[in-house]
This record gives sequence, C-alpha cells and structure tokens, in this order.
Amino acid sequence: MSDPAAPLLALRGIGKRFPGVVALDGVDFTLRAGEIHALLGENGAGKSTLIKVLTGVHPPDAGTIELAGRPVRPDSPHAAERAGISTVYQEVNLVPTLSVAENIMLGRQPRRLGLIRWGEVRRRAQAALARVGLECDVDAELGSLSVALQQMVAIARALDVSARVLVLDEPTASLDAAEVAELFRVMRRLRDDGLGIVFVTHFLEQVYAVTDRITVLRNGRLVGSQPTAELPRLALVSLMLGREIKLEEHAPAPRADREHPAVYEATGLGRRGSVQGVDLRLRRGEVTGLAGLLGSGRTETARLVFGLDRPDAGTARLAGGGTHRLTPRDAVQRGVGFCSEDRKREGILPNLSVRENLIVALQAKRGAWRPVTEREQRELCERFVAALRIKVADVEVPINTLSGGNQQKVLLARWLATQPVLLILDEPTRGIDVGAKQEIEQLIAKLSADGLAVLFISSEVEEIVRNCHRVLVLRERRPAGEFASGEVELSRLMRAMAEPAGEGKP
Amino acid sequence: MSVRRISPVWWPALGLALMLVANGLFDPGFLRVTILDGHLYGSPVDILNQGSRVMLLALGMTLVIATGGVDLSVGSVVAISASVCAHLVARGTPLPLVIAAAVGTGLAAGAINGLLVARLGLQPIVATLILMVAGRGVAQLITDGQVLIIASPAFAFLANGYVLGIPCAVWIVGGLFVLAHVALRRTAAGLFFEAVGENEAAAHIAGLAAARIKALAYVVSGGCAGLCGALAASHVQAADAYRAGENMELDAIFAVVVGGTALTGGRFFLWGSLVGALLLQTLTLGLYNFGVSPAVAPVPKALLIVAVALLQAEVVRRWARGLWSRKGAAA
Repeated sequence: MSDPAAPLLALRGIGKRFPGVVALDGVDFTLRAGEIHALLGENGAGKSTLIKVLTGVHPPDAGTIELAGRPVRPDSPHAAERAGISTVYQEVNLVPTLSVAENIMLGRQPRRLGLIRWGEVRRRAQAALARVGLECDVDAELGSLSVALQQMVAIARALDVSARVLVLDEPTASLDAAEVAELFRVMRRLRDDGLGIVFVTHFLEQVYAVTDRITVLRNGRLVGSQPTAELPRLALVSLMLGREIKLEEHAPAPRADREHPAVYEATGLGRRGSVQGVDLRLRRGEVTGLAGLLGSGRTETARLVFGLDRPDAGTARLAGGGTHRLTPRDAVQRGVGFCSEDRKREGILPNLSVRENLIVALQAKRGAWRPVTEREQRELCERFVAALRIKVADVEVPINTLSGGNQQKVLLARWLATQPVLLILDEPTRGIDVGAKQEIEQLIAKLSADGLAVLFISSEVEEIVRNCHRVLVLRERRPAGEFASGEVELSRLMRAMAEPAGEGKP
Repeated sequence: MSVRRISPVWWPALGLALMLVANGLFDPGFLRVTILDGHLYGSPVDILNQGSRVMLLALGMTLVIATGGVDLSVGSVVAISASVCAHLVARGTPLPLVIAAAVGTGLAAGAINGLLVARLGLQPIVATLILMVAGRGVAQLITDGQVLIIASPAFAFLANGYVLGIPCAVWIVGGLFVLAHVALRRTAAGLFFEAVGENEAAAHIAGLAAARIKALAYVVSGGCAGLCGALAASHVQAADAYRAGENMELDAIFAVVVGGTALTGGRFFLWGSLVGALLLQTLTLGLYNFGVSPAVAPVPKALLIVAVALLQAEVVRRWARGLWSRKGAAA
C-alpha cells in the first residue's frame, strides 16, 4: 500500500555484544508499513536482543536504525515510544488493580494545574480502545478482564502514543485458540490502517496464519528474510535450525537391540494450558527423545512425567506403583530423576557445597534419619568427580563457584547417586562446552546400555538423532509423530516438527 | 587455591569476647565467678541465666530463618504459654504436666504458623504477624486481664533454681542446644532445612517434602516459645499477658542474624545463634552496670546491631579487605 522502496523501519548492520558473547552480528531488518512481519529463531538466536535494540533497552554497538527515512537512536523504551515504536511484551506489563482507562493513560495523564483531567483520560482511553476495535468499560478494574482482553488493552496503550511500529513479543503465549483469533483480527485491522507490526512467536501455525513476511535469525545472524507465501514450512524450520535437509551424513541413531520392559507408560497425558494427548512408553535400556521446536511442549511433558505438574487428563503408570497421583517426592522414591533445563532456578542449591548438592537427592530418597555417612559421601564425591571429570579442587566449595558445565555435571551426579531406573534430562547439554557435551552424551549411552531408561530432551535435532533409540516429536503442544528404533532420521524428525497435524506422518 | 571461609560464628564470638573484656576493664569484678552457698555466682552466670530464654527462642528461630522465613509470633506465644502455666499451677497440676502443657501450647501455635506459611503460602511475616497480634489477646483471655501470681516453689525452681551449682534454666537450654545439634547435624535434617531455604524449587525436585520441612521449622519454633513461656513465668513467678515475652521475637531474630544465619535463608549456624543471644544479654547487663538508664538502653543496642550488620555486609568486608591490603602493601 505504500512505496516498497521506502521502508517504514530499516535496521542495517546491527551489532551487539555482551561480555563473552556476540548477541547480534550485522543484522539487517526491514519493515514496511501495512505489513505483519514475523521475527523467528530458536533460543539464543538474537530475537530478544534485536527487539531490545529496537525498543531502546540495549543501544546497539554497530549499525543504524531508520524510521520512515530518518535515523533514530532510541536510548530508552520511553524514547522509542516517542519516536513511534511501541512494544507489547509477553507478560502483560500493566497494573491489574487500576482501571482500564488508568492503565492506558498511565504516565501520560492529561493534566490541568497539576490535576488529572479524568474526563479526558476516559475519553482518550475509549478512543484508543476503539482503534483496536474493542468496546469495554474503561472504568473496569483491569484484573477483572481475561488475559486476552488485558493483552488488547496493552496494545491499545501502546497505540495511544501515535505509534507507527508495533512490536508484539510473544503475545499469544498465554492465549487460547479463540483469543488468538481475536488478537489476529486486531492485528490485521491495524495492518490495514498502515501500521508496521513485528510479531515474535514460537508457533509456526500462527506465522502462516497472519504474517506477510518472515525474517529468521540464528546465532545472532540474519539467515533469511522472505515473503511468508514463498517460504514453505520445512524450509523455514531448516533455516531456524540451520540444517539442510538434503545432507544426511550424520551419525546414525542407535538402535535398540530388543524390546525392553517399560518402566513408565502414559496414555493421553495432558494438562490444560500445557500439553495434550501425549502417549509415552519409556523402556529400560532405551533413550527416548522428545523433539520439537521451542514452545512445542517438551519441558511441559517432562514435568507431567515427573509429577511436577499434575496432569488433568490421561493415565500414567510408573513401574512398581499404581496410577495414583505422582509427586516429585514419590517419583524420586521410586527411582526417577529429573534434571531441569533451568539449572539456576530448579537445580543448584547455590551456597551449599558441591558435596551437599551431590548427595541431596540420595539423602531425600533415604529420609532425614538415615544419613548418608561421611565415608559414603566422600566415596560418592570421589567417584563422580572422577567419572564425570568435574573440575573442582575441593568438594566443600559452594557450587555457585563452578562453571555452568561443571554445575551440570554435579546435578547429573546428584541423580546418578540415587541409582535411578528412569532419568529425565531436559536440555542436559545446554550452555556447556563441546568437550563436556561429548562426555555427557557418552555417559548417557553407557547408562542406557546398563539398563537405565532415559527421557532425553534437546532443542538440537542432531543431538536427538545421535542419542535416542526412539523419538516423540511434539508440535504446538501435541504429539506430531512417533519414531521407533530404526526410523529415527533427521529429515523425518524435522518434517514432523514443521508440518501441520495430519500431514506429519511419514 | 581454594580458601576456606572463616566460620561466621567467630564474628559474634569475637564481639562477645571484646564486650566481656570491656566490661572487665570498667569493673574488675565483672568477670569474677565465686561460689556462694554451693552455687556459681557472678555476672557471667547472670548472663547465661538471663540470656537462656532468648537463647531458647533463637534455637527455634534459627530453623525458621534457615528456611527463608521469620517467626514474629514467638513473643506472644511466650505470653500464652506463661498464662497457661499460671492457670495450671494454680490448680495444683503436677510440674511435668505443666511443662508438657506449655510446650504443647507452643507446638500448636507453631502448627498454625506452619499451616499458614507452608500450606496456604502466606508470607511468613504476615502469617506470624497474625498470631503475634492475636496471641496477646488469647493470653488476656486466659488470665482474664489479671497478672496471675504463681506461688509454687517447685515451679519457681525451673528458672531460679540451681542444679550442681549451675542455674537450672542453663541446663535445660544448653541441653536442648546439644540435642538440636545432634538432631540436625548428625542426621540429614539440617541439610534439608538448608536446602529448602537455599532453593525451594530445586529442593522440591530433588525429592524433599519442602512444604512439610518448612512447616516443621515453625512447629519447632513454637515449641521453643512454649517452653520459654514456662521459664518466663517461673522467673518472675507470675504471668502477665501484656509484658511476658514482650519484644522477645526481635531479640531472637537479632541473635540469629548476629550469629551468622542470613535472613534470606539457607546455611544456618545454631551455635552462632547461641553466641548472638549471649552477646545481646552481655550488652544489656553491661549497660546496666555502666549506669545507662533502661529507657536509653535501646540506642546502644541499635548501634551494635548496625555494627554487626555492617560487618556481615559483603560490601563493607570487601572495603575493609582493600584497606587492609593497601596497608600491607605500604608497610
């Protein structure tokens, strides 16, 4: 609708480095007026950094930003807003106890003699809501509205300041299908008004439903920017993951030598707002992979298996027990271990020693009154420090003095010390150097050969192929294909990860 | 390469030693302990005896703070328990039953706190504030608004008697500390409290019953407060719903924090709390000896708290270390 030669927003050669990492490296990004533009990439691709550069949170180290042909250099979110770039974040950044009108006008209430003109506040709030096609009581308390409506209010707030560029950072993460449809209606309406919209999401269906153009980042670099209609899903996923599907000279997936008895079985496992309809059978001596794009429900599935979240659908049975409700404590008692992907929040006890971190799960399994003796503790520490090559001079130092890779090894050792029958590993090699990664992969192979059942989660498809006997692929929080021993191939997994339900079966 | 940290117990111990020396210089008789009628007698014995009640509260408070919480209700629980004691003694209840009732009262109060914090997820300050405020009212109900005089030599012996020359209360509290040390450090219970305080989510995933462990800390704290109520009532041979245990929760928190346990939870130092309580009592007695009026006494107390808090702050320590090394370089 406007001259395509004159983009609304043009980022050129944007570079940003943080201590030790290059977050963005020469990234170009062009947004036209009247366009919904998807910004995609896996974790660490640089999406959020790019958004933060755009909205003035992090000033770029290199490159230029032009808005409607004029260079801008926002140095704060406020400055970006004034320039016409508004952002709505995933978490609604509003005050739930204030009214809708107050939220929309917060920080820029029209005043006269220092007093707020409430009539004007309401009128302008109403006008802002009308722009997104929403009619609601502006005096209602924001917290009384649904999350979707709050999201709309956030958009209305963002639009009030004569915005020309609207950045939506994962706005659909907490919305259900009908709410997403409503949001898309608003987005299309704003696009038709000539706004440029940057849309960050994990959901490929949504990308194809609403966007006009796709830009993909990987490892801080631009890897592609094309009209949505010209970029098939599979090609998109290849871009995001950085794998050419044609090339298949990879290490073959291991094959299970025979059918082992299952230690865990679930059918139709699900939880509202989490995952749905997961069938899972974890066998002794087998590594079962959970693959899928970011946000596909991998971690959510693991949490249901371990009893960290309570399923509200389906049945699950852990060997040696009934189908009753499982808590993490029961799971540990019955030989399940869970290495969370969030080492800091759900793994380490930061100020306690390496020794204490290593024995805590075993001690929890035994109970407080049967302490692991000092001698046993020393032996466990010596054994695992040697076996996993944990680099630590003294096991009495606090674990937070160790590097990420060594912390991860201590956490692995924590579970191995309990002699588990089932080990759930959620991104066990994230943020770890290559050497340590290889060691952990070898360890997993050895443990499974010794009869351990492993549920292995990774965002790296190659890692899944290398390590797993079987794979369950998830997409949009539902199973999207199961691959038995001998069927685990990179191309098949990626096709299942990319394609919409019904077409995914090979 | 790795330098082991100095145990934080040494800081309050150093403070205590300094304060004893200062008192001793001012009044050479301060440190003298004599034997009178077969009892140890002197200021150090007074400090131990008078400090025993705060020590007892600090014992329970240590666990609560280790789990990342705080128990503001202990002072009020002391008042309730003291009132219960007065009531029972007046009816001629045998001493063991009176003590059992006092402890039971405290355990029940602690169970309420534990339920509010661990099961209902209330903020510890808010949850225990409820009982802190309401507890005085409950004590008033029991005493009917009167100061109940307790006329029982057997009961009075609890806080005023001597066994083998040492005050009875010191035996009781000292014994409980040893018991607690064994129960916490010779088993894995101590580690469990610390793990929950360090990172509740991680402890939960590691298979610990985090909620139950948290609740248990409040129950123990309540039990300590219950017994402390019996000691307090025995000490003054009366139960005063207004004054019994007044501000003692703050003294207990002070003792724990000075003893090296951080209010953010995690690693705890049982013996540090004991030393902290002694430090507080020495200061109180010292000020009294110096002739500082009780009305002004909170000011130097506050100064001491500021000094200790600064000593424990990482910023100040780093600054002091920097100062030290610069001096060392100059020399």
